Amino acid sequence: MLKIRYDRKIVADSREYAAKIAGDIYNRFIRGFSTDSIERTTLRFLGVEGATSLGQPKVNSVVEKVKKNSDISLGVLLAVAREMAVSGADFQSAVNIVSDGTLSSIPPSREALEKAKNNIKRLAVLKYEELAGKRRKREEFKKSFQPQKTPLRYLIVATGNIYDDVIQARAAAEAGADIIAVIRSTAQSLLDYVPEGATTEGYGGTYATQENFRIMREALDDVSKKLGRYIYLTNYSSGLCMPEIAFLGAFEGLDVLLNDAMYGILFRDINMKRTFCDQFFSRMICAVSRIIINTGEDNYLTTSDAVERAHTVLTSLFINEAFAKIAGMKPEYMGLGHAFEINPQIEDSFSLELSQALLIRHIFPKSPIKYMPPTKHMTGDPFYSNLLDAMFNLASKMSNQHIHLLGMMTEAMHNPLIMDRYESLKNVNYIFNAASSLASQIQIRKDSLINRRAQEVLSKAYELLQKVQKEGLDNAISNGEFADIKRYSDSGKGVEGVYKKGKEYFNPVFDILLEKTGGER
Amino acid sequence: MTQLFSNLIKAYGDRRDDGVIQLSFTLPVEYGQKAKQIGKIFAEKLGLREVNVTAVEKVGDGFTMFVVYGHCDVVLDVDKIDIPVVEFTIYSREEVDTLIGKNIGRKIKVVGACTGFDAHTVGIDAILNMKGFAGDYGLERYRWFEVYNLGAQITNEKLIEKALSVGADAILLSQVVTQRNIHKENSLDFVKRIEEKGLRNRFILILGGPRIDHPLAVSLGFDAGFGAGTKPSEVASYIYSRMLELKDR
Ligand code: B12
Repeated sequence: MLKIRYDRKIVADSREYAAKIAGDIYNRFIRGFSTDSIERTTLRFLGVEGATSLGQPKVNSVVEKVKKNSDISLGVLLAVAREMAVSGADFQSAVNIVSDGTLSSIPPSREALEKAKNNIKRLAVLKYEELAGKRRKREEFKKSFQPQKTPLRYLIVATGNIYDDVIQARAAAEAGADIIAVIRSTAQSLLDYVPEGATTEGYGGTYATQENFRIMREALDDVSKKLGRYIYLTNYSSGLCMPEIAFLGAFEGLDVLLNDAMYGILFRDINMKRTFCDQFFSRMICAVSRIIINTGEDNYLTTSDAVERAHTVLTSLFINEAFAKIAGMKPEYMGLGHAFEINPQIEDSFSLELSQALLIRHIFPKSPIKYMPPTKHMTGDPFYSNLLDAMFNLASKMSNQHIHLLGMMTEAMHNPLIMDRYESLKNVNYIFNAASSLASQIQIRKDSLINRRAQEVLSKAYELLQKVQKEGLDNAISNGEFADIKRYSDSGKGVEGVYKKGKEYFNPVFDILLEKTGGER
Repeated sequence: MTQLFSNLIKAYGDRRDDGVIQLSFTLPVEYGQKAKQIGKIFAEKLGLREVNVTAVEKVGDGFTMFVVYGHCDVVLDVDKIDIPVVEFTIYSREEVDTLIGKNIGRKIKVVGACTGFDAHTVGIDAILNMKGFAGDYGLERYRWFEVYNLGAQITNEKLIEKALSVGADAILLSQVVTQRNIHKENSLDFVKRIEEKGLRNRFILILGGPRIDHPLAVSLGFDAGFGAGTKPSEVASYIYSRMLELKDR
């Protein structure tokens, strides 16, 4: 790989600051709390699925009823255990009773409650093994293919209909895509439930549902076998249902999930506490299922300037990495994200882009870095936009990024048409091939702009980390340090779904995940 | 080739009135021997002559993409086409500030937002926030504008409420997502609500976004529309000139 020069001591110190920043949030906002979505995920983990007669997802109904009729701060599972203890019902029947709202009011005997809790604990172990089994099977399947050359070519499909998505995904894979991402419908991230079943509607994509995951996975496994090349499946988990979608993704064999510790806060105005808790739980699931997460720092550069604020991306990458470590993730699964978003009118913009790409590649050597194409400066002229994509492809190949999102020459207009995607692949295939070993043949001069810029961005990122550590991440976000967007810890969507865990809080799923992930907490 | 009258135009390739245009499209036909001819016939049906199919490529199973060049006989008399345009002089920020101070004599209040499901704030921020767009400062930076920027994903109702409560002169609506014409639906809903409250003449209504143009905005019931690449000073100049007109009335 092309080498750049930078001070490794600053990198090590930056990591220390990031660990302190995330550790502080863990202690103040995550450790003692649970959320609606964590409770719902717990139920899903234990096999609760389907909808009530009113069409509400069963897991939502249970959590709602516990909030109404019982004490949610002790966890939904305690309410279920009580019901099992009093009525002698099995787990599923007790869940249904709680969901129907016909909970017994008699307190259970101590022994009966202990017995019920032990039953749930055993169920949790069983279900964990089931999930681990699925993971092993998928890993074996993956291993039966040759590993692909990096950067991996990542393409999106977004027809708004899962069956059309399947057609487009197959075509994309056949044309050379390694990773298929199914875009979700606009504003799904703000739904406080996960829709059910196969869906054929949505704006800008269709819903992330368990059934849609299954349909696409089956199709891609089929194409993988046909092509002799493993095709990765990606979906998006940020939003009010982050842990639930992570679980459904793990269950249905997804390989990559968009999962950022701060994206929901900044770009969707979801409450901070809610997001911090949810990202932690969802990342524990990703950790045990070896799902690659993708972080969303690239988005910062759509609302703030990519030259002036380049360091905020790096600062945030350090923080996202620290959060992932707390959740027990390995660097090999941290798909930290960045982007090629510098204004193309600026002189030497390519050197600046290459510098940033190399810097990030060097600092996170084991991580499957996700590199996003130009979007903000794409225009309605597809000829010109196609050129920007070519430069992006070259920067990506020269800096050996891992997950390469294909740029679309019609980015400023619409979701890609079939021929846009084709031209995009043609572009990337040409550049990756033409520049195959270019990077190994050249060197970057010591006093070059590329090196100077990398050092500047790193030191600024380090300074910002120090500042954030002093203020606390919550306050730094309120001060608009990231993406030039300000958010406050007590406002935002989903704040009512966060609660302090009571002393008797019972959640063996949580406990297993904590134990199995063994993060740096 | 005969030279047409100067107000009559044909497409231009490299010689006046050669009518050359280029086109690309995809047809759901299998790539193969017949595909090229099918593409050619398709282009001829569009009215092109001497069609030259320069690229025929398989973009997927059962799908073929074409690039074609051809001569097109469409002639337009540009003078006879009636296109609504916004008539106003574009001033710099300093000029607008001086003019408002002199001729309006009070701060002009504007309220803006990107309403509905649309979460794109960068466009409305570019017009309203201090920082502005492409080196041109936003309305917040002007001495004589008082700006309320509500951001994105708020309801039309809330935008109207805010405009009423601060006594706004102009409402700026941004619409970026256009899939399935959601921008039109949402903009119409906005105007309908304003009209139902009998407030249509109370505010200057401005619509903006990358796929918006003036004729579209007017057809949806707005006073003016601004598209891709709009600079804040243009919007400021427009608002000033409308205010001046309204004052004189
Ligand atoms: C940045 C961006 C985002 C960011 C937005 C961050 C933010 N806070 O704004 C994020 C990542 C959150 C995002 C999300 C989505 N996006 Co988006 N996004 C873009 C992108 C890359 C750039 C837009 C931008 O900022 N341009 C820069 C500004 C300055 O330009 P502008 O908006 O045109 O504004 C100028 C003028 O239009 C005008 N103007 C704009 N508004 C107004 C208002 C008034 C009153 C006036 C006078 C002038 C004016 O003045 C501005 C300055 O000149 C575009 C692609 C592109 N290159 O255009 C896609 C794009 C707009 N997004 C798109 C989509 C589909 C989405 C999603 C729905 C994707 C999804 N399925 O999740 C979500 C939307 C979620 C939602 N609920 O809306 C599509 C829209 C397709 C369509 N035509 O409908 C685009 C075109 C990308 C694509 N090809 O698919 N997006």
